[in-house]
Amino acid sequence: MAGKKKADKGTMKKVLHYIARYRLLVALSIALATVSVVLTLYAPILFGRAIDGIIAAGNVDFALIRSIFAQVVLVVAATAVAQWIMGVINNKITYQVIRDIRNEAFERLTVLPLRYIDGKPTGEIVSRVIADVDQFADGLLMGFTQLFTGVVTILGTLVFMLTIDVGITFVVVLLTPLSLFVANFIARRTHSMFKRQSEARADQTALIDEMIGNQKVVQAFGHEQEAQQRFDEINERLRGASLRAIFFSSITNPSTRFINALVYAGVGLTGALAAVRDPLGFTVGNLSCFLSYANQYTKPFNEISSVITELQNALVCAARIFELIEQPAQTPDAPDARVLQDPAGSVEMHDVAFSYVADRPLIKKLNLSVKPGQRVAIVGPTGCGKTTLINLLMRFYDVDAGRICVEGTDIRHITRHSLRSNFGMVLQDTWLRAGTIRENLILAKPDATDGEIVQAAKAAHAHGFITRLPQGYDTVIGEDGGSLSQGQKQLLCITRILLKLPPMLILDEATSSIDTRTEMHIQEAFAQLMKGRTSFIVAHRLSTIKNADIILVMKDGDIIEQGTHEQLLEKGGFYANLYNSQFAA
Amino acid sequence: MKKLLKYMKSYTLESVLGPLFKLLEASFELFVPLVMAAIIDTGIAQGDRGYVLRMCGVLVALAVIGLVCSITAQYFAARASVGFATKIRSACFAHIQSLSFAQQDKLGVSTLITRMTSDINQVQSGVNLALRLLLRSPFVVFGAMVMAFTIDVKAALVFVVTIPLLSIVVFGLMLWSIPMYKKVQKRLDGVLSLTRESLTGVRVVRAFCQEKDIERDFVEKNDALTTLQKLVGKVTGLMNPVTYAIINLGIVALIWVGALRVDAGILTQGQVVALYNYMSQILVELVKLASLIISITKAMACASRVSAVMEVQPDMRGGDKAPDSNGREAVRFENVTLNYSGSGAPELHGVSFAALRGQTIGVIGGTGAGKSTLVGLIPRFYDATEGRVLVDGVDVREYSLGELRKRVGVVPQKAVLFKGTIRENMKWGDPDANDEQIWQALEAAQARDVVESKEDGLDAPIAQGGRNLSGGQRQRLTIARALVKRPEILILDDSASALDYATDLKLRQALRKLPDSPTVFIVSQRTSSISHADQIIVLDEGGVAGMGTHEQLLEGCPVYQEIYYSQYEKKEAK
Repeated sequence: MAGKKKADKGTMKKVLHYIARYRLLVALSIALATVSVVLTLYAPILFGRAIDGIIAAGNVDFALIRSIFAQVVLVVAATAVAQWIMGVINNKITYQVIRDIRNEAFERLTVLPLRYIDGKPTGEIVSRVIADVDQFADGLLMGFTQLFTGVVTILGTLVFMLTIDVGITFVVVLLTPLSLFVANFIARRTHSMFKRQSEARADQTALIDEMIGNQKVVQAFGHEQEAQQRFDEINERLRGASLRAIFFSSITNPSTRFINALVYAGVGLTGALAAVRDPLGFTVGNLSCFLSYANQYTKPFNEISSVITELQNALVCAARIFELIEQPAQTPDAPDARVLQDPAGSVEMHDVAFSYVADRPLIKKLNLSVKPGQRVAIVGPTGCGKTTLINLLMRFYDVDAGRICVEGTDIRHITRHSLRSNFGMVLQDTWLRAGTIRENLILAKPDATDGEIVQAAKAAHAHGFITRLPQGYDTVIGEDGGSLSQGQKQLLCITRILLKLPPMLILDEATSSIDTRTEMHIQEAFAQLMKGRTSFIVAHRLSTIKNADIILVMKDGDIIEQGTHEQLLEKGGFYANLYNSQFAA
Repeated sequence: MKKLLKYMKSYTLESVLGPLFKLLEASFELFVPLVMAAIIDTGIAQGDRGYVLRMCGVLVALAVIGLVCSITAQYFAARASVGFATKIRSACFAHIQSLSFAQQDKLGVSTLITRMTSDINQVQSGVNLALRLLLRSPFVVFGAMVMAFTIDVKAALVFVVTIPLLSIVVFGLMLWSIPMYKKVQKRLDGVLSLTRESLTGVRVVRAFCQEKDIERDFVEKNDALTTLQKLVGKVTGLMNPVTYAIINLGIVALIWVGALRVDAGILTQGQVVALYNYMSQILVELVKLASLIISITKAMACASRVSAVMEVQPDMRGGDKAPDSNGREAVRFENVTLNYSGSGAPELHGVSFAALRGQTIGVIGGTGAGKSTLVGLIPRFYDATEGRVLVDGVDVREYSLGELRKRVGVVPQKAVLFKGTIRENMKWGDPDANDEQIWQALEAAQARDVVESKEDGLDAPIAQGGRNLSGGQRQRLTIARALVKRPEILILDDSASALDYATDLKLRQALRKLPDSPTVFIVSQRTSSISHADQIIVLDEGGVAGMGTHEQLLEGCPVYQEIYYSQYEKKEAK
């Protein structure tokens, strides 16, 4: 508990740090809040005085009322203007603070080590940048607009009431916290009901996700009725839990209103009695003023309690965002890092060791020497470390021990940008940005001409389907390729590389979603591309691997066999086994 | 929207009683200023303490009655809204389950899930709020005006001017802001999708050194969002100051008119205070009403999304026949064409073939050639746009859907298992299957070792989607699940792709030895998986490019030859 408090404090400090950039605005906002609250409280006093000027038939002080109304109009106008400017400023502060935070969070995403990004579900990080920041904004805005004005209102009302009558003030002060107490009591009691509701809801969502998400299987097996039955069971449970939670929590509002009504009656009673006792000391105008204060005084109490919950919530969200922003970035490029230019393409690995999880070593002692222009194929069962090798080559991850050298230089002494831009990479997981086809293709070569683009697309056998799209190369595709098929997406990614023509290549299951016939055609383009370029190829299909200069057979993070296709077949080992099994019928 | 309202019917009583009690409460609240006026005019003016005390007693009594009424109202509102939402959820679930595959594809799974969960929740809270408050606030506003009229017609005219003015401001701002909020949401979506994109494509972004570009993009989108948010804030922020000013100027006018009337001896001081109080009540209610209407608008939007799903008519109706398995032909396609997207090139065109009972049929072709679509027509996942599909000599559309699908075992491309135990998953195939039958199926599906490697055997838990199993294990279990059904027709839709060649071979050998000798359809991209088939259908862009045995096709079908030689080089072909 104490630790949590401390953490809250730390988060609060960081939030204040962001807000401090706008400290002038904050000061102005606070000043305006004070002005508007004081003026708001002053208005009932003026009205009270005006009412005191209306006593009975023939006994109305019109001059007094007129002069008071002149003041009222000024006060009201000033209040309204102050309120509006305050609102605009609060909006500005909030939205700019969260804009800053969001930008910073995103900037962090671009430098975070892949170890962090791979280790967290995408949805979770996204929800931090989007939902948490949003929730934080709501809390912050509410805090700004209501917390401060609420406190000032309470204090101001107290002062104004005290100046009019101490006794009645006492009645208001004593009764009002009751509503807070009741609200709290109910909230505590309903907490467990809400918990039960969200549990039932979570169960139901899981079932919906499963059954609707896989509805085709459900229907194929005629399982609809069982699914419906299970759904209705949970649904009934949810109904019960929801009813209780909603009903009991909705008692709060009538209860606090009831207490406000009691305060009102109490003020009416003590005020009226005071007026009876001393008609000159406590006037009817005073009473009307008190009655309107009684309403005003209780409102901020109710609001503040909800603001505090909201703020706590906002702090939790802020903490989650800061956790992301404060994640250590990947190790920056060494100061003496060299820029890799036009490499011939020699790659060496010396005693490389690597693991994703500290106590589960994956690659133990890997040695490999690739001469410029060689074609390296990596084969092996799932989970053997093929993709890891690529992660290391591209420096998505750094080695734990040993070193990887390109052109004789340890890649940790080469700038990431120059290293990566010398590799052309096509992965099994295709990635396309929302935008036009053209924009996606020229990602690596922004100055490519139309002629070059079409030529590359033709070589990758993508030109045909692209021209069949409604707007050809200018067709806008949605997030992650939208309606394109997996195979088409892969063709686009291949085109991208064919356009760039980098000195080294990495093809990780680059054609896994393309049918073998099309693949065969693309292979020609690949063969052309790989000529004179060092390339690393990961593939399931052994037919795509056979022509490699070196075949690495990996198992459990180690290279167990190494050689050409013929050498490995002759050896009759793991590779030969794998290769022969595909011909058995 | 009407579609949804009928689920409210069984809660008619609650939805009448809820608002009714709320109005009762509001009526009692409206008496309060009158009582206070009496205290001032009679109690204070005449110095009658007993009267003051009695009247304050009345105030407390009003408060108590108000409390009881409003709690009763809350109860009925909660019952009606929760019950309503429960009914819709159940109906919606049932409805989605009745939709055909094509309809599900068109709607999209993720949106169906959001509609069933968060949208219906929004509807529930919208209905709850509406039942409680939608009538109350206008009632109080107009009630206050009516009460003002009972006090003094001339003074009440101030209300007649003020209320429409306030309404124009409140509703005008709301009308402006609702579409603006939608715009804000849209820009937020843009920021969200960019964030997602940068995460899912992190390797590509970094490989192409796009970090700075994508960041610039983000800052731009984020700025656009902030600008709009600030604009909306600026305009909606007018609501409070403007209503405050109008109400207070209204009070000024009211007191002025009141002063004139008191001077003329028509009104008393207490009555002026009462009028003043009514004006204050209106201010409070209007603010509530504005926020209420925003929530209700949101709920309406959600309701229309839910209702849109309910309005999709299931486009597949079954007949009443049950297949009888005496015919020689298990499946027959007669000139089948399918164009389910309704535009562009058809998924399948002019496909005709016949599969004899017990035969194994291979289906091969490139990506998007229509392989899955072809086999999906047999259990009526899709309906042919032209031509007929016959099972046991009868058009599939004449069978009852349940009966038809009971006889067809499908192993889908995506190996999906459900949360529960292995046994529960196997029983999807046949609820009455005993352990022996399950083990037989597992054995044939080469999945025996998967189950045996688990500590709890058949009772081993499976996580949602089967995440605690590898792709290959999942695939073998889904094959077993289909075998438990002991189908007359078995469809393997590219479902051995995660298996290595050796296991794939064993599986095919086991399938040939199945006791009921079902007609088997194997869809694959590997020629090795189908080369033994009695008949191979070669598809190319939705049409049949060749049909026959492996040897025949290798002889005379160029597409098949190309596929084959892309996997084996000529000299290795046996």
